[in-house]
Amino acid sequence: MSLANPQERLTVSGRRLAGLVSLMARHRVAAVLGFLLIFPFLLPYEALAVNILIYGLYALGFNMVFGYMGVLSFGHAAFFGLGSYATGIAIVHYGVPWLPAIGIGIVAAGLGAAVIGGLAIRTRGIYFAMVTLALSQCVYYLVYQMEDLSGGENGLRGVDVYDLNIPGLELTLIDPLTKYYFVFAFVALAVWLFSRLLASPFGAVLEALRENESRARACGTDVAMSKWLAFVISGLFCGLAGALNAIHLTIVPIESLHYHTSGLAVMMALLGGMGTFFGPFVGALTFLMLEDVITLVTVHWQLFVGALFVFFILFFPRGIWGTLLHWLSR
Amino acid sequence: MIGGYPIELLALQLFTGLALGSVFVLLAVGLSLIFGLLTVVNFAHGAFYMLGAYAGVFFIGYLGNFWLTLAVVPLAVGAVGLVVERWLVRPLYGRGIDYPLMLTFGLAYVLVEVVRILFGAEGMPFDAPDSLMGAVDIGVGYFPAYRLFVIAATAVLVLALWLFLEKTSYGLVIRAGARDGEIVRVLGIDISRVWLVVFALGTGVAGLAGVLSAPMRSVFPDMGTTVLVEAFVVTVVGGMGSLAGAVVAGLLVGVVVSMTSLFAPAMAEVSMFALMALVLLVRPQGLFGKKGLMG
Repeated sequence: MSLANPQERLTVSGRRLAGLVSLMARHRVAAVLGFLLIFPFLLPYEALAVNILIYGLYALGFNMVFGYMGVLSFGHAAFFGLGSYATGIAIVHYGVPWLPAIGIGIVAAGLGAAVIGGLAIRTRGIYFAMVTLALSQCVYYLVYQMEDLSGGENGLRGVDVYDLNIPGLELTLIDPLTKYYFVFAFVALAVWLFSRLLASPFGAVLEALRENESRARACGTDVAMSKWLAFVISGLFCGLAGALNAIHLTIVPIESLHYHTSGLAVMMALLGGMGTFFGPFVGALTFLMLEDVITLVTVHWQLFVGALFVFFILFFPRGIWGTLLHWLSR
Repeated sequence: MIGGYPIELLALQLFTGLALGSVFVLLAVGLSLIFGLLTVVNFAHGAFYMLGAYAGVFFIGYLGNFWLTLAVVPLAVGAVGLVVERWLVRPLYGRGIDYPLMLTFGLAYVLVEVVRILFGAEGMPFDAPDSLMGAVDIGVGYFPAYRLFVIAATAVLVLALWLFLEKTSYGLVIRAGARDGEIVRVLGIDISRVWLVVFALGTGVAGLAGVLSAPMRSVFPDMGTTVLVEAFVVTVVGGMGSLAGAVVAGLLVGVVVSMTSLFAPAMAEVSMFALMALVLLVRPQGLFGKKGLMG
């Protein structure tokens, strides 16, 4: 008995881990939110935690198209950036209160996604990535040109939301922990909504499109419409992430519209595990923590991040969370 | 006079557009060639273009001769392409078209950062050779000799490439490989070596585009970033995998950009996207799409 023990203990602990993972999978919203609730206390400073929260949401929205529907978009920076700029411009130039301003940001991102998606859906396969990239870069140049509104190259400055002005509560975003939970409230809502969407018939259609588009069409799915809708919904989530980022940073850098920001979503979703619920947050966490640590040592962090991404594509295309799930399910 | 501008100015602007378009043609030809055969969208194409410009800076300092540099750079960049195909892209065949695309995107980060470490983040000067300095009278006015040379060099290169693909037996193998790699393999041809050669060829042409445009645009590590987008626009307009499409769309985009920068400077950068959107609405497969490789 005792001889066989080590092996046995290993499988038992493996089974326990698998049990934990399946428990998390059954209560995926609670698992994500539970972790994020205590998350700022695990990190050296809150600003990093807020970044991870925002980029996790951004990668989550992106993952709807990339991971669940299986279509690679390189244009999501447009929705993140449009969300940021619309919210920022509403606050800076028109004095709109923060809550409607966030709404404006989400709507702007959704409109952008509707136009870009409408054009990109007309192409198939590999063209999709190129067309979304080109069109999002077009948004970049357009916003860049509108210097009066957007601040051009310098970005939009002065998105100062300090007092939340919620009756009965005295909350200010100057306190980093308050800011974290302010952002968390929106992320929590988005994560819950995202989970509901995935569990709906629409979520099933997405995965059907990923697995076999012609069969989905034969089953009566309106392929073009479903793709476009998924693209727009994904854009709405990314727009919310962008809107929150504008308030978090108090500025909107023009780089948030650049296609490298689209690449960030691709990298985070792939590092974490595309098509998994936890993947985008795992990916955002890994990416931003690595960036944070590497920039302490060298300015050439892109070298390491790029190489790591290439390494993952070659050897762990399932990403961190996806690989873990794969090991446990064997 | 057209639109308040003298006809000579418009003609000169047309030539400027053709010179700009020539660089687009070279980029799109390389991108299209690689895609047509390997079904790999090379997101590192801009990075290879940048490598070409830096290889130009390096070799001209080393060799001291522009013409020799022009010959060596595509070979050097193509050699990097060989390594990339053999060790990075090849393991991904058969795993879905998105993987090589993402891999080359990550690779672009690495290449740009390596150049930044080796050459610094600052821009580098790169002068046209003395024999191509100055301007030439082309009938409608004086036009920079170097830009004229770029147009001519592109024409020669595209012609050579067309002859290679259409008239040589190796070109026949490449075209057959684009049609059906499986059958080519059954006929006893090592298709993976053909892929290797084509990837090197495509990246080499991108490198040549980089060194050719170095005297017209400045040399800096991020120079490939915007170029990649331009190359995509041209490929989408022309149709993927078509040599004629790459040439026509490249020149068309070049002329459209240069004409808009005359009439509405603020819209110059956006004009090519408007053109692309129009093509997508009218002819989603591109102007010359859906034909055989390089047909």
